[in-house]
Amino acid sequence: MERIPILRLGHHLLVSIQVDLHDRLALTLQDDLTQRLAENGARGVLLDISSLEIVDSFIGRMIGNIAAMARVLDAHTVVVGMRPAVAITLVELGISMQGVRTAIDVDDGMRLLEADTAGEAGNNGERPPL
Amino acid sequence: MRVQSSLADILADRREAILHDWIQEQVNSGAARPDLISEQTHKAQCTSLLEVLTEGVRGGEVEAKSGPNWSKLKEMLVDLSKSRARQGFSPSETARLVLSLKRPLFGHLRQTLGKDAAALGDAVWSTTMLLDDLALLTTEAYQQGREEIIRRQGQDVLELSTPVVSLWDGILALPLIGALDSNRTQVVMEALLEKLVESRSKIAIIDITGVPTVDTQVAQHLLKTVAAARLMGAECIISGIRPQIAQTIVHLGVDLGDVTTKASLQTALAIALNRLGLTIVPR
Repeated sequence: MERIPILRLGHHLLVSIQVDLHDRLALTLQDDLTQRLAENGARGVLLDISSLEIVDSFIGRMIGNIAAMARVLDAHTVVVGMRPAVAITLVELGISMQGVRTAIDVDDGMRLLEADTAGEAGNNGERPPL
Repeated sequence: MRVQSSLADILADRREAILHDWIQEQVNSGAARPDLISEQTHKAQCTSLLEVLTEGVRGGEVEAKSGPNWSKLKEMLVDLSKSRARQGFSPSETARLVLSLKRPLFGHLRQTLGKDAAALGDAVWSTTMLLDDLALLTTEAYQQGREEIIRRQGQDVLELSTPVVSLWDGILALPLIGALDSNRTQVVMEALLEKLVESRSKIAIIDITGVPTVDTQVAQHLLKTVAAARLMGAECIISGIRPQIAQTIVHLGVDLGDVTTKASLQTALAIALNRLGLTIVPR
């Protein structure tokens, strides 16, 4: 079955969606990602949607859900590389993804994640190293 | 049937005379406008119109005005009226192009049918009907031509009025001028988002100094733009909020949420630079 690869990058997980995200695939991604987060306690998730050209309300909500689930598993999510057309569609659909961090590309997103987790690591030393 | 044949006959037999009278009539009534189109062009247009009209009348069906010859005539008139609308003719001048054919036609009909009052009456009536219809057609086409011009200009204004300028590395400004409706918001939003991707900017300043009024709908559109930019990882600052606009926003109960707002573009730029960790120092 088709799967979206989840790559580990230091303390973070990189998910790059390079294919059309249909509903089943999105659900599988949600399963896999929560699984990985729970397994190795990654601190951040970088969701690259720069290849995503078409979104509907379901996919929009899925992206929000993934961020919320990661939050529950104590990881930050940054959604990066959203295309203008996708952004306009989501806004028109009334999905503004409050609470989800966004960045223009993977580079910027990674910097955001590093900044977030660096502050946290200082406060919270109990966390086991990956 | 007689009416039609008499009209067809005089159009065929006395074409030169009619053409001459027609053009003279237009010059007299001031509808020729030699300042807009040259005499030769005008004459050529009248000649070809008269030719097609002759064919139409000869082909029959003056009342119905259908058939290939009539559609050719109509097409020609529509094109002519549209081009005259662009050249700056007034609507009455355009209509007079057709209407001024009445006097010469009636004159020649009278010369031919002078003794037969009933036939003359019929001929005059059907000719009047025909020319009135054609004149209405020119007016309609003229109107369409004008509307096309207005539509095109509206499009031009739309494209002209949405410049996205780069103020600094990573800071974009969008000076909005004129009323914001949903159409313009769409164009503005697209332009801003495209430029955000292109320049990898982190901050966009939307300056609404040039927006005359902000009502709930405009505020809604602004918030949509801000939300879309945020989804792409950029932060928006709304600047240029005049005192009256601040009052209106509060009176209308518009909630701008957590969008940063500033009174002037200057302070907005200062904030933006600050967020990027930049300062301006005197030399």
